[in-house]
Amino acid sequence: MVNVASTFGRSGTHDYILLRASALILATYAIFMVCFLVATPNLTFEAWTGLFGTLWMKVYTLLALTAVLVHGWIGIWQVLTDYVKNSFGRGVLQFIVSLALIVYWLTGLFVLWGV
Amino acid sequence: MKKLQFSIYRYNPDVDAKPRMQEYTLEVDEKQDMMVLDALIMLKEQDPSLAFRRSCREGVCGSDGLNMNGKNGLACITPVSSLKGKKVVVRPLPGLPVIRDLIVDMEQFYTQYERVKPYLINEDKTPPARERLQSPEERAKLDGLYECILCACCSTSCPSFWWNPDKFVGPAGLLHAYRFLADSRDTATEQRLDELDDAFSVFRCHGIMNCVSVCPKGLNPTKAIGHIKSMLLSRAV
Ligand code: SF4
Ligand code: SF4
Ligand code: FES
Repeated sequence: MVNVASTFGRSGTHDYILLRASALILATYAIFMVCFLVATPNLTFEAWTGLFGTLWMKVYTLLALTAVLVHGWIGIWQVLTDYVKNSFGRGVLQFIVSLALIVYWLTGLFVLWGV
Repeated sequence: MKKLQFSIYRYNPDVDAKPRMQEYTLEVDEKQDMMVLDALIMLKEQDPSLAFRRSCREGVCGSDGLNMNGKNGLACITPVSSLKGKKVVVRPLPGLPVIRDLIVDMEQFYTQYERVKPYLINEDKTPPARERLQSPEERAKLDGLYECILCACCSTSCPSFWWNPDKFVGPAGLLHAYRFLADSRDTATEQRLDELDDAFSVFRCHGIMNCVSVCPKGLNPTKAIGHIKSMLLSRAV
């Protein structure tokens, strides 16, 4: 058993499930967005706010943003533990990325709130 | 007569400041082919200082895992004619510390092997008088797993093992881990899975499949790793 405090999930399996589940959510969200844009040739402000004004779209978008947070967090941690061997440097990089991810999530939350 | 060109990695830490590639030429009959190991043995006659490991010279012992023209394999069963290019470039297995020339220190590889407890564990207090029986189906599950000769060609071709050789078990060790997870006579399945359920030991495998493409025994560590992941997942959900 390799013990590392800095993982996101409780175990390797937990991390793995979170990574796959968030990837799935992001994939469906991306496909949905592309379909919406293709199906709406005349993209007016009304159409756009109309879409994000519905409750289910707010929930779905927030879910996708959470998926970005989780996926980015675990993914970057994996990449950094592969390539950055200096633990101080790795800590700093992980902090910057994690902070950015949290800022994205909060920004998304307040934007959605306002629609 | 034709001339075969070789470029061989040389490094003797006692005298050399850094590794270098040394050029060699071997004169052989026009139609003659040979294994890379045969060529190395002939070259060692030219230059007795050249160091490499070998034992069985028929692909059974796993001593002479080397990197030939960029791909890991056993020198004794790799024909020179199978290697493309003007010359044969021979290097030690990548990622492990070099002891001398083509000889690497396999410590990290064996430490990971040891970690998976590569032996049968059976807590049965009353062992059968003669032997533990298996059905033919149960026995068949071990095919493709027990044949590994621990040559390290797979683990030293795996980027995940290069970056974290102290934490990621690597394809060879995981193949053995699954060999005992799949054994109907082994009773330590849960403990074995507990030991592997962290972010590195198994899950650092990203399915790059270098291991499969180099295994001289034609084994498939990626598939075994997939089975371990499913066992861990079905336990978790
Ligand atoms: S799985 Fe294949 S390549 Fe890996 S150590 Fe075993 S025999 Fe060698
Ligand atoms: S499949 Fe996994 S173990 Fe095999 S080379 Fe790729 S990362 Fe390494
Ligand atoms: S010398 Fe034994 S495997 Fe090549």
